[in-house]
Amino acid sequence: MKRAFVIFRVQFLQMKKILIIYAHPIEHKSRINRQLINAVEGIEHVTVNNLYEKYPDFFIDVKYEQELLLEHDIIIWHHPFYWYSAPALLKEWFDLVLEHGFAYGREGKALKGKWTMNCITTGGQQETYQSDGLNRHDIKQFLLPYEQSAYLCRMKYLSPFVVFGSHLLNESEIDKKVLTYTKLIIGLRDDEFTISTLQSRKIVNELLQEQK
Amino acid sequence: MHLDEIFFRIMIYLLAAVVSVPIAKKVGLGSVLGYLIAGIVIGPFALGLVGSDGEDVMHIAEFGVVIMLFIVGLELHPGMLWRMKRLIFGLGGMQIGFTALVFALITALFWLDTAQAITTGLILALSSTAIVLQTLTEKGMLQTRGGRHSFSVLLMQDISVVPIFAIIALLANQVVTDSTTVETADTVSGWYQLLIILAAVATIIIGGRYLANYIFKFIAETGLRELFTATALLLVIGIAVFMDAVGLSPALGTFLAGVVLANSEYRYELENNLEPFKGLLLGVFFISVGASINFDLLLNHWMLILVILTILVGVKLIILWALGRLFKLEQSHNMLFTFSLAQAGEFGFVLITFATQSGVYDEFTSGILLIVVALSMLITPVLFIVNEQVIQPRLIKSSIQDEDEVEDNGHPVIIAGFGRFGQVLGRFLNANGIKLTIIDNNPHNVQYLKKFGYKVYFGDITRRDMLEAAGAGHAKVLAITMSERDQIDKLVALAQKHYPNLKLIVRAVDVAHELALQNIGVDGHRQAIFDSAIELGTSALVAMGNSNHQSYRSALTFKHLDKRFMKNLQQRYSIDDPHFLMETKKFAEHLENILLMQQKHPYQEMDCAWDTDSLIEEAREYNEQIEGR
Repeated sequence: MKRAFVIFRVQFLQMKKILIIYAHPIEHKSRINRQLINAVEGIEHVTVNNLYEKYPDFFIDVKYEQELLLEHDIIIWHHPFYWYSAPALLKEWFDLVLEHGFAYGREGKALKGKWTMNCITTGGQQETYQSDGLNRHDIKQFLLPYEQSAYLCRMKYLSPFVVFGSHLLNESEIDKKVLTYTKLIIGLRDDEFTISTLQSRKIVNELLQEQK
Repeated sequence: MHLDEIFFRIMIYLLAAVVSVPIAKKVGLGSVLGYLIAGIVIGPFALGLVGSDGEDVMHIAEFGVVIMLFIVGLELHPGMLWRMKRLIFGLGGMQIGFTALVFALITALFWLDTAQAITTGLILALSSTAIVLQTLTEKGMLQTRGGRHSFSVLLMQDISVVPIFAIIALLANQVVTDSTTVETADTVSGWYQLLIILAAVATIIIGGRYLANYIFKFIAETGLRELFTATALLLVIGIAVFMDAVGLSPALGTFLAGVVLANSEYRYELENNLEPFKGLLLGVFFISVGASINFDLLLNHWMLILVILTILVGVKLIILWALGRLFKLEQSHNMLFTFSLAQAGEFGFVLITFATQSGVYDEFTSGILLIVVALSMLITPVLFIVNEQVIQPRLIKSSIQDEDEVEDNGHPVIIAGFGRFGQVLGRFLNANGIKLTIIDNNPHNVQYLKKFGYKVYFGDITRRDMLEAAGAGHAKVLAITMSERDQIDKLVALAQKHYPNLKLIVRAVDVAHELALQNIGVDGHRQAIFDSAIELGTSALVAMGNSNHQSYRSALTFKHLDKRFMKNLQQRYSIDDPHFLMETKKFAEHLENILLMQQKHPYQEMDCAWDTDSLIEEAREYNEQIEGR
């Protein structure tokens, strides 16, 4: 696998830099997120920013986080989908880092044109995220605040990468998800997808499964 | 002497020490003065329990000085000694030179001939290694600048004892050529002597560096503690005998051996084994100094003796002070240095006896000088006390504001006690833009912190007028960060009584104190070390591989649980005997209770919302239902 990437890299000199902003408060209990992160951590041009590890007391280094954003082309919010949203520290990150005048507002154009998306794991199965399911709404509807935030920051919001039914996945199923996620990240990095493809599906997982 | 008589003597010495030293320490005189007084009491001129054997005892007891220098050597690495060379040879040499010169001139002016004058000058230039080192160690001042200067001078004096012997012998030859009592005047040539000395020093250094560790290891492997003690004693006595044989000072030889062994891994073992012998022998030495004072002579010639004593101490003080200035010692350190070395030393006894035997002194002169030397040693502890109680406080007071000058500047927060704890608190409040009035009762602290731009007032805030002067009348908060519990309690009581509107933020020294504070209704309190201990514990969790955030959560949870338990404890005991905490047994039980309660409520459960186990189970059941359908 690794060698294949190397060949790949030579062909695509213009690689994109990816920032994965990862928030999981209780990592040692995590079944899937940890494995997803492990798989992509260390890939060239991919930065994993583990918020709970870096800011255990919620004291976020705003300047540093903003600089990190500036250095990257694609921002991924990677987190378990707690209460149809993110763990508290990621919300804190939004509140503090995406400052007026930096990320939004008349002068706030620092993030303009960057791509962004959510990578989430949910306990509920995919079927529950529809009008007759337990959760009654589509996953994209729940992610509306993120989509709108991206819009406000003049960023392009892509469809999310979602691992549904995380509680019941067995090892081989998890392995498949990990592989898909890795492919997504590398594909994004090497600029394999156009923006319209990435926005055309409900979840980007479908895109990658088709591709195979 | 019969065996029972020896035992009786030993008993008397020990009894005198056991009775007088604790009393002297309690009164604040220090152990040395205690021993000296004990010696006078049991000596021939008071109770007469010990008699003419005082001098013999003193010879044995001088061995205490030898052991002491060995132990001092153990604590000095050669590198450190090398760094002190300027002090040892420069300061020490100048002290001996100038003092000897001045005393020689003074004595020559009065009634003694040249030989006697030079001898007296040299003898009186020495100070008492035994008393000074013992006192400085006891007071923990050996490592201060003043203490190190004193030590350097003492070391140089010990080194120079050997040449002084030689000079006295030389003078004796010159002066009393007609006398028949000359017994020194060895015909060994100087070069030969020098060669022997160098060889002896080389033997100690080489033996100590390359041989000693193998011997210690061999002995230690036998596993017999007393054998190691015997080896340690043998080493010191052996070197002393060896040095004596080649004509070097035993004290100097053992000191050298100590320095060589300072890097040995058996250093602490040696120190521990020799420490009790050193203490006991030094004690006996001081007792015999006390016992040897000839009170008949003293009473008959008290005027003369008093004058000589005054000149001795006065001149020494002046020279020492001037040298301290020359070597740029700060005033307070210089005073310690000056006052610690203003006496004559125990080598004086030996040298005076030697000079008398050589015919330099007559009986009367030597008798008077012996008393002067003994008395000067006797007043050394008093000089220390004068320095500590009278001079040091004045020095400090003269250079900083006086208690009453605190300007009431209307600051909302008063900090009482500005040590390490108070400083952090002060910095924190300062950073939040809060104006502070800071009071500390440690003059050194006050002086030091002023250098860093803190406005700190010196004074005892546990006094009502001081508290008032600090602005307690209209301040909002009084933060009590002193380290002594009785001081804290005193101030809390004072503040509660006179300033009921003043909010108290109090540092509790331990759990018991925290509970006691809660019981008297103090609103703010925290065990001083509690938070930093948890902080360290968090680091330990992280080092064990736990995630940063989880470790942080654990710390938070622990703190909150502890708060809950403390409240629980307080509720249970505010109705109890207020002194319940004194009973350690009961208290230990309470601590146990805390720990047990903690086990019953494992704090991880507090984060159970993040725990997905129950969710997984439910999801599984749900799935089975669907599949069953």
